[in-house]
Amino acid sequence: MKSVDQARNALAFLEDEAHERAFDTLIWGLRERRDAAARDVPEWEELRTLASQIKEHTLSNLGQYLEMFEVSAARNGATMHWARDAHEHNQIVYDILNSHGAKHLVKSKSMLTEECDLRPFLQRRDIEVTETDLGERIQQLDDQPPTHIVGPAFQKTPQDVAELFYRVYGSDPDRADPVYLAQVMREHTRPLILSADAGMTGANFAVAATGAIVTVTNEGNADLSGNVPRLRICSVGIEKIIPGNDELAVFIRLLTRSATGERITQYTSHFRKPRAGSEMHIVLVDNGRSARLADERFWPSLKCIRCGACMNTCPVYRRSGGLSYGGTYMGPIGIITMPAADIRRYRELPFASTINGSCSNVCPVQIDIHEQIYQWREVMDDHGQFSTTKKAAMKVAGKVLSNPTAYRAAAESGLAALRVLPHFALYMRLNAWGRHRDVPAPPNETFHRWYARTRGRAEGDQP
Amino acid sequence: MSARDDILTAVRDGAPAPQPLPQVPDFASGTSDLVGPFTAALARLDGKVVLRPPAGILPWLSTTFPDAHRICSAVNEVHGNVTPAEFSDWAAPADIDVLIMRTPLGIAETGSILLTENEVGVTTAAVLAQHLVVLLDPADIIENLHHAYRHPAFQDAAYAVLLSGPSGSADIGGITVHPAQGVTTLTVVLAPRDNDTAEQ
Repeated sequence: MKSVDQARNALAFLEDEAHERAFDTLIWGLRERRDAAARDVPEWEELRTLASQIKEHTLSNLGQYLEMFEVSAARNGATMHWARDAHEHNQIVYDILNSHGAKHLVKSKSMLTEECDLRPFLQRRDIEVTETDLGERIQQLDDQPPTHIVGPAFQKTPQDVAELFYRVYGSDPDRADPVYLAQVMREHTRPLILSADAGMTGANFAVAATGAIVTVTNEGNADLSGNVPRLRICSVGIEKIIPGNDELAVFIRLLTRSATGERITQYTSHFRKPRAGSEMHIVLVDNGRSARLADERFWPSLKCIRCGACMNTCPVYRRSGGLSYGGTYMGPIGIITMPAADIRRYRELPFASTINGSCSNVCPVQIDIHEQIYQWREVMDDHGQFSTTKKAAMKVAGKVLSNPTAYRAAAESGLAALRVLPHFALYMRLNAWGRHRDVPAPPNETFHRWYARTRGRAEGDQP
Repeated sequence: MSARDDILTAVRDGAPAPQPLPQVPDFASGTSDLVGPFTAALARLDGKVVLRPPAGILPWLSTTFPDAHRICSAVNEVHGNVTPAEFSDWAAPADIDVLIMRTPLGIAETGSILLTENEVGVTTAAVLAQHLVVLLDPADIIENLHHAYRHPAFQDAAYAVLLSGPSGSADIGGITVHPAQGVTTLTVVLAPRDNDTAEQ
């Protein structure tokens, strides 16, 4: 499959300035609210450290905790299934539905089922799937993947949604009012929930000691999807296991604060046992996770709790949009997870970053995201995945940066060029830095000249 | 080998060096006022706290929800016109206007209340009803989530949900609206348990 050209996709996103501005404002607002929420908790950094340690403990003893979860879930009356990959997962879900004669499935948002492409798999087998999360349903109706882990439709403006609902439901195309639009969705989706044959949820956490599946939503749609039909299926990535309720408290305190700046979501739900006369099936899914666990460089990415904080703080994500990454996961966390799934297709992703470290600083489980991004660049080089242009540029950069004399000459001439080049030369297509922003005014002298002048060293001295 | 055995073998063979499990403190601050923080936290997500109406809950319901016809009560002290036992299936509560229940637990940190099948047998009623009214004894408010997850009410529940506001969504333009698929309003009535006498 052709590699994803994130930069080109981002350019297309930037062409529409109104959408780009709205998206940037919305996403940066989440980052600011996250900061305020973190400042409000005196033990915030201690919680982050605990969360990281709990995840590292669980992942390094994952076999033991998966078996503990299995025993707890069986004790609760749930039926366990194991899937090595996406196809096995989809087949298991289909077999459960088919054996019950289920033709209509309602489900809450699950990045795992996106990753497995479950919806088209089931639809090809004549099973209708209705997403019940508002944002996810919007994306389903528009035949698009999620653009953000937390808010799947964040890339759309209210006007976009009004036009979409007009096309699908015949509602008023001129009422771009979120209250009205949410009501339209409720009126059309609720009857589908009430009459569904089966319900499905993902899992934010799976608690080994209790066998509980924990979901975190604002809408209550996971509770309805999981509880109204008699048949409940929960798909769980194996990295979602945590030891017990003491540990769960740490993650619930961190997750929503990191995601949206609120202390908690409206519904934090714990599905433990099927009610009388109903069934609960849990599908534990590997799909590349055990291979990542065995990679000493990249296993910490499995600590991710899908809050989206790294995306919200990332200047590249905010000005590229989620679709530009071409994968299930986007932004910094997408950069360090998608190449593990398909190194050739996602070879350009590690370069969609300034490596400013902000993603690591906000990560509630202390994943060293920016360092992993850098390491993925090294992997791409080792695997010969650099494009011809990148290879040539790196070759020149390597020579210039390893030779102080050549570097200083380049810096001096670059500075001089910035002063004299005409506007059209600075803002032509070949200069990526000049697209969509002003090049900063050139300083009067290079850092080296300033250092030599103010620190009294002579030109040519080694710094 | 089965998928189960393959996965267990893979995660054992490839696991990083074992790391210790840290002890999680309860981060208790020892604050004595829990009602104030609970009220403020619930308001953040547009939930509301009211003191027990002196004239009784039923008159308060009729003025607060004047259009409500089907009122389901899961508490002894209030008689509605629908009882939870009447629900024939778990979609049936969809036409309930107001559900009244009592919670065993409030959390000051987050403004959350706990619902399990012990409070309302058909738990979907608390999500499907138009309006949810929750009686909470101020003595049942605990400080934070660490305390909550050690509470006995969590231990054996088949289903437990922390409700922290009416159903909402910010999926369209990042603007929070109510309701999404669940209740339109959530009101917590501060009502000590020892006042549990039936209202007629």
